[in-house]
Amino acid sequence: MRYHTPTTFQDAAAIAAASTGTLRFLAGGTDVLVQMRAGMVQPDDLIDLKHIPGVDRIEKTPEGGWRIGVAVPGIVLGAHKELVRDWPGVVEGMNLVGSTQVQGRATLAGNLCNGSPAADSVPGLFAAGAVVTVTGPKGSRDIPVEQVPVGPGRTSLAKGEVISAITLPPRAKNGGDAYLRFIPRTEMDIAVVGCAVNLRLDGDRVAEARVALGAVAPTVILSEACAQAIIGTTLDDAALAALAKAAKGAAKPISDKRGTKEFRIEVAGVLARRAARIAYDRAKGMKA
Amino acid sequence: MARDDVKTGYKLIGTRPNRPDGLDKVTGRARYGADFSLPGMLWAAVVRSPHAHARIVKIDASKALALEGVKAVVTRADLPTGLTGEDLNLQDNTLAGDRALYDGHAVAAVAATSQLLAQDAARLIEVEYEVLPHVTDVDAAIAPDAPVIRPGVADYSVPEGMHGNVARYMEFGHGDVEAGFAAADVVREHTYRTEATHQGYIEPHAAVGQLGEDGRGEMWVCTQGHWYIRRMSAAVLGIEAANLRVTPSEIGGGFGGKTTIFMEPLTLALSKKAGGRPVKLVMSRSEVLRATGPTASASMDVKIGMKKDGTITAGQVYFRMQGGAFPGMSPIGEALPCAFACYDIPALKHEGIEIITNRPKAAAYRAPGSPMAAFAVESMIDELCRELNLDPIEVRLKNGAKNGSKSSYGPVYDVIGLQETLQAARAHPNYSIPLGPNQGRGVASGFWFNHGGETSVSLAIGEDGTATVSVGTPDIGGSRASIGLMVAEHLGIPYENVRVNVVETGALGVNEPTHGSRATFASGKAAIEAANQAIREMCRRAAAEWGIEPEAVEWRDGAAHPAGPNAGKHPPMTIGEIGAKMGSTGGPISGHHEVTAGGYGASFGTHVVDVEVDPETGRTTVLRYLVVQDAGTAIHPAYVEGQYQGGAAQGIGWALNEEYIYGPDGRLQNPVFLDYRIPVASDLPMIDTVIIEVPNPGHPYGVRGVGETGITPPLPAIASAIAGATGVRIRSLPCSPPKVLAAIKAAKG
Amino acid sequence: MSKIHVTATVNGDPVEFLADPRETLLDALRNHLDLTGTKEGCGTGDCGACSVTVDGTLVCSCLMLAAEANGKRVETIEGMAKEELHPLQRKFIEHAALQCGFCTPGILVAAKALLERNPDPTDTEIRYWLAGNLCRCTGYDKIVRAVQDAAAEMRQDHRGAA
Repeated sequence: MRYHTPTTFQDAAAIAAASTGTLRFLAGGTDVLVQMRAGMVQPDDLIDLKHIPGVDRIEKTPEGGWRIGVAVPGIVLGAHKELVRDWPGVVEGMNLVGSTQVQGRATLAGNLCNGSPAADSVPGLFAAGAVVTVTGPKGSRDIPVEQVPVGPGRTSLAKGEVISAITLPPRAKNGGDAYLRFIPRTEMDIAVVGCAVNLRLDGDRVAEARVALGAVAPTVILSEACAQAIIGTTLDDAALAALAKAAKGAAKPISDKRGTKEFRIEVAGVLARRAARIAYDRAKGMKA
Repeated sequence: MARDDVKTGYKLIGTRPNRPDGLDKVTGRARYGADFSLPGMLWAAVVRSPHAHARIVKIDASKALALEGVKAVVTRADLPTGLTGEDLNLQDNTLAGDRALYDGHAVAAVAATSQLLAQDAARLIEVEYEVLPHVTDVDAAIAPDAPVIRPGVADYSVPEGMHGNVARYMEFGHGDVEAGFAAADVVREHTYRTEATHQGYIEPHAAVGQLGEDGRGEMWVCTQGHWYIRRMSAAVLGIEAANLRVTPSEIGGGFGGKTTIFMEPLTLALSKKAGGRPVKLVMSRSEVLRATGPTASASMDVKIGMKKDGTITAGQVYFRMQGGAFPGMSPIGEALPCAFACYDIPALKHEGIEIITNRPKAAAYRAPGSPMAAFAVESMIDELCRELNLDPIEVRLKNGAKNGSKSSYGPVYDVIGLQETLQAARAHPNYSIPLGPNQGRGVASGFWFNHGGETSVSLAIGEDGTATVSVGTPDIGGSRASIGLMVAEHLGIPYENVRVNVVETGALGVNEPTHGSRATFASGKAAIEAANQAIREMCRRAAAEWGIEPEAVEWRDGAAHPAGPNAGKHPPMTIGEIGAKMGSTGGPISGHHEVTAGGYGASFGTHVVDVEVDPETGRTTVLRYLVVQDAGTAIHPAYVEGQYQGGAAQGIGWALNEEYIYGPDGRLQNPVFLDYRIPVASDLPMIDTVIIEVPNPGHPYGVRGVGETGITPPLPAIASAIAGATGVRIRSLPCSPPKVLAAIKAAKG
Repeated sequence: MSKIHVTATVNGDPVEFLADPRETLLDALRNHLDLTGTKEGCGTGDCGACSVTVDGTLVCSCLMLAAEANGKRVETIEGMAKEELHPLQRKFIEHAALQCGFCTPGILVAAKALLERNPDPTDTEIRYWLAGNLCRCTGYDKIVRAVQDAAAEMRQDHRGAA
């Protein structure tokens, strides 16, 4: 295995494009090293992105959003007070990944690129409307985060392409987001179901909403039906019931060692209700 | 009786001094199995079957051997033939013969100059398999269409006409169960199931072995019992046990799973082929979960009759247990006697069968068989209590075994503490805390036989008046401290003046492993006898110096004292004074004791747990947990509490989330800690403990083993608490959220 | 396969070694530097027995390549005691917070990192911080108590020194 430490994304993309064998990018490494250890992947080229200047930074964009470097670990996201104030749901999703030790290494970009439908940080990014900057041999482009995962373990990135930043939009006034997942233990498990809700209020009414579900389809999904169930409502019991119904309808899970299909559908509805309530309270400026 | 009520008069027993190995273990200096290295050492890796059941057509290691730095490959063809019985089973499990019998079964091993190189080489060993039909579920394995995995496996006990996967049959009982059921007001009958769990020790198996051309070898290994490792490894390799010297490392947990061999002989076989270079083999976690000692899975029919006043009139069980692809490994022979061991019931019938499946060779796990049996029987008793609106502790007090009761499995109990544990549980504040919505309380009792076993201990008096004790039972949870306390108490010297060492196979006679809750009991008892021998000699030395008869000398407070009318007046002669001049008074002073220890005294406990269940997700949270257990005498109460808490935590894991999950392809789907879900710190509350002390008459200081009973009651107690919280009874472990939620929804209709 | 020259500071000492690019920091600590106090329990970041700090951040050394440690400051269990034991080490012995002791180095390293960030944690904060450190022996009860007791003592000492 060749271990590369490029200092620009262009160089990283060039090494990747030139690689003829198995290639992996290394950010936090909490997925890649596990796969290597298990013998699932034996990379010929491993490209460590952490030597590229700026990858460890969180920066405010001119528009008021946040540009997050691909090597920013969860523990740094969680300690960034302004980011947490703007996007508590995104940060709490990332902070649920693995242990304290894993938080010291794991990154949003890595969690996204691993392509797991159960990735805890990804529903929050979907709900937030995050934008992903992809750098390839021909330069960089921005795509909506929903376009990155295409199936379990697979992304839309072409050979030679690498994620170079993730950008969260400016937090709208009277907005709030939240992420909840279901796991059998209190920590250390992969989500059996996950749900992120991001919304903006106009007075007491939900003016805009985005709802994402994890672990109920081959990728994290954004559910328009869930959003429509609560837009225009005050998130009263009827709206929450409609949301739960929509979430159950949107969930198309499989049964596996972590949970049954029936369980995932049922709990998708429960989590959507509970996450929406938290997001609503946050948008109202209430502690949640 | 709580500890505070007991007037023991002991100076040291019952105190909580620092353990002697604590410093090494908090500084990283303690050497565990994988921490040994030797000059010229090679590393090994194992090739394992990806199939649950397959004929091994061909093994081609040529590509591996062609790698620079690869020194040896061993397959079954390198091991001797002609073994029989359990020796053959051990050999079959160390390396598969003509067939791989489970996912993870070792097929070949390779040694190379680095760990990565060994792993690379293992990937290059090509094995051609012919996949055969498999079965992994205990009930499916005796369905008419199930493939017979090991033809001819049944022993003499199996009646004609049973399925070919049945290896053993047992039955026993007493009284007239039909008459008992007829006399009951309520008779209920249900089937309960438990899934296999793993001991889950955090330290993977590891060994460094060296074997020369002369057939003499050494091994450094993490094990609960190095004499077992020696005997079993020698048998598998066809060498003389006496030519193998085995030194135990510190051990990173065992819980029964490190009482046998898995890959240890491979280090020796590879070493011999590599010209005698030492070979180190460390399992990965997935190898541990795929190929080492899980416990059995069980399917259990229970029928119990109860009167409206709570009197149990009769009980009947039929247990089916699988312990993997090898006979003799399911704990059916323990589970059945444990089933009703907490009760004195006039009519009982026990039947059970052991079933062969394509799963790893089961190993002992903490009170083997007892947790499954308790899940079935204690759950059923709780169901009857709830149906008849009876208090579960009152019912257990009414029917529970007492001193002198004839046990459900035959022997008469001597002095036991079950009733005391029930009384203390009833009196504990946890039993009367009001419960909120979606909360429930569960109670269960548990039993373990305890064990004595082969034991050999030496004790030497130092010139400085200290004592060094050599024991053969590895210290897993503080036994150096507890044995040190007893010896110091006995000799009348400070605890700090006793050093307890766990020594290698060359230094003592045969010792059974640290298993069966025996280390503090049996090594302690033998150490006390060894101390008595040393005391007698020290009294003789004092008597000689004083010119009196040895019988006129008594030992107390760490010194010889003249005693009796004709002893004369002499100042006490301390152990330090005697030790300082022993070279000129007759030579070194030591004591030695070998015994197959009896009198171990049965162990009983009662647990009370409160849970809250999320009615929308089926997720269970343990709110509070109480363990009450009889320790006989708690030598070092902190480590007694530790055993209670650790046992409870393992039982909670078994009840809620731990399980072996096999796919339709017969492969283990969760061979990592990510998905084999043992409890993490945030899953558990503080675990309250009450130590009951009903001294065991079979031990000089009243000790009973305390290690195992604690894992037994949590399984039924948690299921019963969930029943209280939700109104639904889970009769199949684990009580995982999907299962609980489905049951809640089904009950709502 | 060409090896990578790694230079780092481990427990304050300068070290250098040649690492296979696939080797983890855990492998390097144990096999190249003879620092066997850091344990492997799983190799997948699920048990925490290999916990160390790298530039002050708590990580699993099994989830980091040895090559990534180049130029970094690594602290392991072997560096925890100075002239005297760290209060956490002492309290773990006093409270019988270890049985087999195999998870203990990782838990001590993790608990030290916690108390450096949060000198007065609640029981719940301790339990969640340590959720990635599996212990199969103790049921965690005495571990939580020992961490609390050490934290209390360290707060006392800190006040005494101020």
